[in-house]
Amino acid sequence: MQDIASLKRLSTQVRRDIVRMVHAVSSGHPGGSLGCVEYFVALYKVILKHDPAHFTMDGKNEDLFFLSNGHISPVFYSVLARSGYFPVEELKTFRKLNSRLQGHPTTHEGLPGVRIASGSLGQGMSVAIGAALAKKLNKDTNIVYCLHGDGELQEGQIWEAAMYAAANKVDNLIATVDYNGRQIDGDVDKILSLGNLKAKFEAFGWHVLENNHGNDLENVITGLNLAKTYVGKGKPIIILMKTEMGMGVDYMMGTHKWHGSAPNDEQLKLALDQLLVTEGDY
Amino acid sequence: MKKYTYTEKKDTRSGFGAGLSELGKQNENVVALCADLTGSLKMDAFQKAHPERFFQVGIAEANMMGIAAGLTIGGKIPFTGTFANFSTGRVYDQIRQSIAYSGKNVKICASHAGLTLGEDGATHQILEDLGLMKMLPGMVVINPCDYNQTKAATIAIAKHVGPVYLRFGRPNVPNFTAADQNFEIGKAVMLNEGTDVTIIATGHLVWKAIEAGEQLAAKGISVEIINIHTIKPLDDAAILKSLTKTKCVVTAEEHQMNGGLGDSVAQLLSRKLPVPQEFVAVNDSFGESGTPDQLMVKYGLDTVNIVSAVEKVLARKK
Repeated sequence: MQDIASLKRLSTQVRRDIVRMVHAVSSGHPGGSLGCVEYFVALYKVILKHDPAHFTMDGKNEDLFFLSNGHISPVFYSVLARSGYFPVEELKTFRKLNSRLQGHPTTHEGLPGVRIASGSLGQGMSVAIGAALAKKLNKDTNIVYCLHGDGELQEGQIWEAAMYAAANKVDNLIATVDYNGRQIDGDVDKILSLGNLKAKFEAFGWHVLENNHGNDLENVITGLNLAKTYVGKGKPIIILMKTEMGMGVDYMMGTHKWHGSAPNDEQLKLALDQLLVTEGDY
Repeated sequence: MKKYTYTEKKDTRSGFGAGLSELGKQNENVVALCADLTGSLKMDAFQKAHPERFFQVGIAEANMMGIAAGLTIGGKIPFTGTFANFSTGRVYDQIRQSIAYSGKNVKICASHAGLTLGEDGATHQILEDLGLMKMLPGMVVINPCDYNQTKAATIAIAKHVGPVYLRFGRPNVPNFTAADQNFEIGKAVMLNEGTDVTIIATGHLVWKAIEAGEQLAAKGISVEIINIHTIKPLDDAAILKSLTKTKCVVTAEEHQMNGGLGDSVAQLLSRKLPVPQEFVAVNDSFGESGTPDQLMVKYGLDTVNIVSAVEKVLARKK
């Protein structure tokens, strides 16, 4: 594992990648991407047992990750590239014609690191459960991770999946909710409140962990490591991870407005002034 | 007219169940999922023989499609089972994104398709499923005609890498194809060679096409009959070869006219070989409660309808 200081520098670079990627095509979803940087850096650089140089779709004898809220593709792509799944230079093709980096992640163009298409919300937990069941059948003891937006939990399929996973003791699955409280139209509480999310998942039979500091890298690593200790104990595991949408760019924080909007030239400069180059821009 | 006989009537869903059982023994990567219709889909034998490879997901079809997609990651070959309505329309976006666009090796197996589901009525009688599925890029769409062919198709699709929609039904229908047939995906089956007109049928309408052929032969009309069990990819070569000879066609299917087999045939012919075509299909209508036989009569999917469509298309040819 790299030391925390270097992972924090990487996190800043990932944030630069995110704002530069969406700025270049005047589209994409910077808000949720910025809020999940620490999760992705923790997962790909510390937690996951994986082999970026030899990606296989089946991922046998590796941990697997599924991004259910596919619109935060910028953070996914940046961290995949900076973990060695594909060249960092390829980030410049994001959302452009003939790119493997589609607006929402897909297996269709053969981008290493992606195992399912996502974008239409609510489907990733079911897929993660299927992959976790395949691991059990294959006597593969590695773990399946998935990430969901909190707004995404308004989709009914999530609750079908949540019911199934608990009823069938899918205990090699660690889901995380990016609990930033915001969605495109505004605050989740105002659009369609999730109510007591912890109580809901507990009532469904999950082991629920709360992490109120989802933008504190060490805290995220500790939280994921804690979650791993519950693997194999008869319950699926979920981390309710509080994050700040737009984290790291002051004017993108405290609002839902940057969920799906890209900065203009001037706004990009303002953002990059807050995010100094650490690993080198693509 | 070649003579076709059968010793018994059997349901195509039981052909699926038998094929799945066979696959369970042959290939340990084959897994099955069902959304609370194990008995109706005849998946009980597989469930009993391979409980560790059978997943009862409850009444949650969207989740079933997602789990099936996930099971392929790790090398499993999932067969999902529920009614055709809940296998397609209800879960279209899950199939589109998690299975078709993601290129997952899932076999979507759908029973109780069409009007012959019978008394449950229009809520369950999907007549749009072939269209929905054939529009998805990369999806193979198969609608076999009897028990033996459904069993053979079930076994064959496990060897195909990629998503497949396999459609079958509830009622007992003549089981006339060979038990040891070699099922080739995308390959039309020539049932009778003729020179005046071609009948292209799929699913339950294949036997009715044979009955129609016998009646037409008695009137001195030479009918070519083709069983199209694979609607996508369509066997263009076989259809064009036949129509080059007969120069008119009737398509017959237990499906909406919009989006079904007839549409696929018309699209091919309009580009390559424009000839008169008549359609035996449901004409922009929902079904209703009734016995399968009553419904096939009321909605114009019976032997007599094929006969009159042939007479009509022959008149147009002249």
